[in-house]
Amino acid sequence: MADKERGAAVDIRAVTKTYGTFTALDDVSLRIEPGQFMTFLGPSGSGKTTTLNVIAGFTDLTAGEIQIGERSVGNLPAHKRNVGVVFQHYALFPHMTVAANVAYPLKLRRVPQAERNRRVAETLEMVRLTDFAHRHPAELSGGQQQRVALARAMVFDPPLLLMDEPLGALDKKLREWLQLEIKRIHRELGTTFVYVTHDQEEALALSDRIAVFNKGRIEQVGSGRDLYDRPETLFVGRFIGESTVLRGPHELRGGETALRIGEDWVSHPGQPVGSGRQALLVRPEKISLLRPGAVTEDGLNTLPGLISEAIYLGSGVKYEVTLTDGSRAVARVPLTDEPFALGESVIVVWQKQDARLLPDDGSSEAAQSGEEQ
Amino acid sequence: MSRFQRTLIGLFCAAVALWLVAPTLIIVPISFAEKKSLAFPPDGFSLQWYANLIRNPEWSNSILNSLQIAAIVSVVATVIGTLAAIGIARMKPRGGGVIRAILITPMIVPGVVMAIGIYAVYLDHQLVGSLTGYVAAHSMLAIPFVIIAVGASLSVFDTRLETAAASLGASRITTFFTITLPLIAPGVLSGLLFAFVTSFDEVIVALFINSPSRKTLPVQIFASMTRDSDPTVAAVGTLIFLLTSFIIAAGLWFGTRRRRA
Repeated sequence: MADKERGAAVDIRAVTKTYGTFTALDDVSLRIEPGQFMTFLGPSGSGKTTTLNVIAGFTDLTAGEIQIGERSVGNLPAHKRNVGVVFQHYALFPHMTVAANVAYPLKLRRVPQAERNRRVAETLEMVRLTDFAHRHPAELSGGQQQRVALARAMVFDPPLLLMDEPLGALDKKLREWLQLEIKRIHRELGTTFVYVTHDQEEALALSDRIAVFNKGRIEQVGSGRDLYDRPETLFVGRFIGESTVLRGPHELRGGETALRIGEDWVSHPGQPVGSGRQALLVRPEKISLLRPGAVTEDGLNTLPGLISEAIYLGSGVKYEVTLTDGSRAVARVPLTDEPFALGESVIVVWQKQDARLLPDDGSSEAAQSGEEQ
Repeated sequence: MSRFQRTLIGLFCAAVALWLVAPTLIIVPISFAEKKSLAFPPDGFSLQWYANLIRNPEWSNSILNSLQIAAIVSVVATVIGTLAAIGIARMKPRGGGVIRAILITPMIVPGVVMAIGIYAVYLDHQLVGSLTGYVAAHSMLAIPFVIIAVGASLSVFDTRLETAAASLGASRITTFFTITLPLIAPGVLSGLLFAFVTSFDEVIVALFINSPSRKTLPVQIFASMTRDSDPTVAAVGTLIFLLTSFIIAAGLWFGTRRRRA
């Protein structure tokens, strides 16, 4: 199968979708390269599933254009787009066996019986369900059903495979295993994959590139590493991985931007972004904790605080520190012989250049956590 | 609950059950009567009234007429009723509810009221006693049963399967025949059976629109009863009782049987 024609490129151009007065997609543009594993990441209602439905042809556009493999598909109904779709709810046909489900798209394409049987067997082997060919979907577990759905969506060699939270209904262990399976299948097929999820860990584990959606727009597109190390908005920084967000009035001091946090000042070697309020984002592994009185070198930012939570992670400890302005810093530090106790005074320390200076969008943490679902 | 109370409830239930089925059961022995009388209990035993059903053209023709009309009605009503039920299921709940209520009125409006209206129209259009006339009138009465039966099946049908079929390359019409119809088939089939029975034992409208050349079985029974006391009525009643019991039982069985969940 791998020598078949590779995946198709997808070009989303200025796509807008409105429902009455609600704007589900607001002028979204995105190019997905052939064979790429692209993930749409975002909280519920951010537009990621709408974008997928628009590509699949389940939802029509209010404005804009979509091209699949350099061909405009704006007027093409879903059944003529030749795009495989895997749904969160599996959507297997309950009156057909596993083999009949997988053969269904081939029958529609009038593939001769012998070749049909061969391809069904081949695809079922790929998802490791050969022994289940003659069962009905109701006799399978959730993970098995989703693998049947995957087999059915890829058996006709679509140049593009869309997956809408395919592992959302499964438990964690199974999800992690299926992530590996999906990754392997993507490698073997060379098809373009578009994967929708609200789980940032899943996005980081699977994707070549991730598009972060928020309120019907794409906030940023990049590799997992890009998004984690160089978020361009506070939303992206907070949605991907853990972070400490510091906010306060800022001023320029000799080429550096300084922010006042409570009674203290911290600085960042860069210019403010935009003209509004600024926020500083620091990743937990960039922060170290010191006991008061310890000597610090130049080039470091320090803030006093109190340990408010300690979570043992096995490989280390995650501390939450309440700072003097009431905000919360998160540090992930290696295990030491002298762990910090709850309520203990500490100094939060990080290298000036290890933080990220971003415009403050003023939104609260809860609204961005993505855990609302 | 004491043993006495339980016995009392048991006796009461048995009495109600007997009350409900007694009229039906009485005709069975009468149909085997030896003399031309509807007396109960009958004297002797014979199969002559069953033989009369076949030999007497009045009876055999009316049976054939009824079977023919019911067969056509069940197909017509099932096709129209199924399409209507699907349309209603796709509509917004409010609009769908109104249309459903309108389509179901033939089930609620008293038969004699409908019959008068139908008769008046048929007189003007030479439809009295015609096959078309019977089929049109009975289909109207049968469609509500199909809508209800198919609607019940559709309420548990997952429309997302149709989206999935589209993504796999199936046009709407292909999706209907390969996915939707097989999954709502129990409802369609029970609707078909109910439609058949509705037409087969319909008497009020048929009394108005029958003609000497085309009578349905219920009309023939009615005519025979008012003329003399012929136990052929009991014989045909017994046959209808067996046939409808069988069809209704089959309909209920298909209707309640869920697809492999």
